[in-house]
Amino acid sequence: MTMFEYAPAPESRDVVDIKPSYGLFIDGKFVDGKGEAFKTVNPATEETLAEVAAATSEDVDAAVAAARRAYEKVWGPMPGSERAKYLFRIARIIQERGRELAVLESLDNGKPIKESRDVDIPLVAAHFFYYAGWADKLGHAGFGADPKALGVAGQVIPWNFPLLMLAWKIAPALACGNTVVLKPAETTPLTALLFAEICQQAELPAGVVNIVTGAGATGATLVEHPDVNKVAFTGSTEVGRRIARAVAGTRKKLTLELGGKAANIVFDDAAIDQAVEGTVNGIFFNQGHVCCAGSRLLLQESIAEEFLARLRRRMGTLRVGDPLDKNTDVGAINSAEQLERIRALSQIGEAEGAERYTAPCVLPERGFWFAPTVFTGVSQSHRIAREEIFGPVLSVLTFRTPDEAVAKANNTPYGLSAGVWTEKGSRILWLADRLRAGVVWANTFNKFDPTSPFGGYKESGYGREGGRQGLEAYLDV
Amino acid sequence: MTELSTLLAGLPGVDQVGAEQRAASLATRSIKTSAKAWAIDLSIRMVDLTTLEGADTPGKVRTLCAKAIRPEPSDPTCPSTAAICVYPSMVPVAAAALKGSGVHLASVATAFPSGQAPLQVKLDDTRAAVEAGADEIDMVISRGAFLAGDYQHVFDEIVAIKEACGKAHLKVILETGELGTYDNVRKASWLAMRAGADFIKTSTGKVAPAATLPVTMIMLEAVRDFRELTGRQVGVKPAGGIKTTKDAMKYLVVVNEVAGPDWLDPDWFRFGASSLLNDLLMQRQKLATGHYSGPDYVTVD
Repeated sequence: MTMFEYAPAPESRDVVDIKPSYGLFIDGKFVDGKGEAFKTVNPATEETLAEVAAATSEDVDAAVAAARRAYEKVWGPMPGSERAKYLFRIARIIQERGRELAVLESLDNGKPIKESRDVDIPLVAAHFFYYAGWADKLGHAGFGADPKALGVAGQVIPWNFPLLMLAWKIAPALACGNTVVLKPAETTPLTALLFAEICQQAELPAGVVNIVTGAGATGATLVEHPDVNKVAFTGSTEVGRRIARAVAGTRKKLTLELGGKAANIVFDDAAIDQAVEGTVNGIFFNQGHVCCAGSRLLLQESIAEEFLARLRRRMGTLRVGDPLDKNTDVGAINSAEQLERIRALSQIGEAEGAERYTAPCVLPERGFWFAPTVFTGVSQSHRIAREEIFGPVLSVLTFRTPDEAVAKANNTPYGLSAGVWTEKGSRILWLADRLRAGVVWANTFNKFDPTSPFGGYKESGYGREGGRQGLEAYLDV
Repeated sequence: MTELSTLLAGLPGVDQVGAEQRAASLATRSIKTSAKAWAIDLSIRMVDLTTLEGADTPGKVRTLCAKAIRPEPSDPTCPSTAAICVYPSMVPVAAAALKGSGVHLASVATAFPSGQAPLQVKLDDTRAAVEAGADEIDMVISRGAFLAGDYQHVFDEIVAIKEACGKAHLKVILETGELGTYDNVRKASWLAMRAGADFIKTSTGKVAPAATLPVTMIMLEAVRDFRELTGRQVGVKPAGGIKTTKDAMKYLVVVNEVAGPDWLDPDWFRFGASSLLNDLLMQRQKLATGHYSGPDYVTVD
């Protein structure tokens, strides 16, 4: 061996016990679904991991009814200090079973184990710890002396951060005294079902958390259910619109966290090595399956060439492959359908005249894979600069002045996040004031924290999750 | 304002949080089995086995030289270390002990470790070590002058010492623990490289913190960028505080992924260390036999 070739270092999948089939979690028990069961696959190998029940409208009725009973009889009347104990207990069990959850998340989602282990699961636990702390302090959250819960929350979450999105939804809902019916994405239901087991282990009262699995129809039934008081959705803008239509004219409270096409703006005085890292992290983290991904790199034209050379060199060290290998940086695309979408938009990028660069890497033969890709010479008018690709594909645009950077960054129907890279503090503040984005990261990217509110402008949705502000979505205020 | 200070001020900044995050992320690489065996032998070949104590005696230095030549007496496949590193007064002893072994002889010089002596003293120190047989000189920069902004003074000193070295390789110790910021580490790296350093080295080992992973990463970025700009390759030597095989693996990962495989060679990367060698040898035995031995199965020095 003359090169430093890292031998495979796979995390053991024996730490998690996957059952051949899973039912729905309703009223504290696993029950059979009445719909036709569907398979969930490992996107890295295309092997079937388990069969999962599909919830029909009858099943959703049962789940909402269980949640209603639990809200009225147990969870609603329970003092906040008691609710907090359950949430703290859940948070601790998540930490204790962290490795199991991380392996299962990587198997079902395709994300590298180093991300599920070091990012997803620690953030999940942190979210429960954080909102557990609020449960008995709601009177100090700025929503009046004794703010009330809403009732039953119907929550629909995406496949990119399955357990983390569950935590973002369930932790504040429960802390505020609501009960929930949650539908995980059809391609990634397994960690939500393991979470249901954790609820049992924590002896959470029956009906406080209900998990109904299924595809879009199940989600539609849930959000349209007349006995749901609150709807929370994270996912595509297209589905978000449909949900907003369905909820319009009802008394349901709605929060939506939708798509994005974030600008990551790099100035000529940026700390260049860290800006390259931030760009890589911004778009290739979680295979680019991130609503707030920095998918548009706005480079000051004077440094564009040098920066891109450094970026390409760095992309050459990205390790794409087995998600369970501890040395993998970029894992599998979550589904054949998503892979098709990424391929189609990339082809459009080429057809529109942008120059394509793909990191040199060998992709596994089975499974869904897409090599990290950068398009240069992209214009504002190109579709790859406007549409969310939701994959490891970066579009690079250039700007000449700070004003132009702001104009280009804001020239999108989305407004979820943005990044600014400069060593000049005053410029960071100047930009943060002008960028129409819910989150502006300065000299970093894709940083998440339960204490910090997250949410969008414009077509990226409304409402905030996380922080004190995140309580509002689950309180009658 | 001098041309040199303007040039150093023009270097891109280092974001501390981002740099430390990157180093920490590289430190999570998992090096196992065949990769580990390869990296352990490479690490042994990169060690500058060091003793820099007031209590150093000819006897101590001779035993250390024997250890450097044959770290694992019972296993002829175990490589020698890169070099021995001693004080100038011990160079004649070490030169005799290492003769014909291929192990390099490094000597610290220039009023090590503080560097607080007149230039003439530093030059004499250096020439004496080279004349006595050192083929590598580890000099210290004047941190006081650097921190006072007198970059030209630091630069001129390095140029003078480099000249005094003749054919001996010059390693320039930045003493990063006294420079305070990563921006300064980058500036000092560029200054030393422009002045003619063959290697840039983190620390004397006499100041805490000594080598850290982020500091070494910043220096590896500097040598990488310097070669791209000038075509000249400069080596990097972290020294002090690297004690375990696990530490060494992390450094090699950073070398591999930041500077690139061209630096994965004792000519371009060294570990200034003493206790590291025995841990490497124990891990080497463990990989070969499947079980851990103990400290009595490697020699104390």
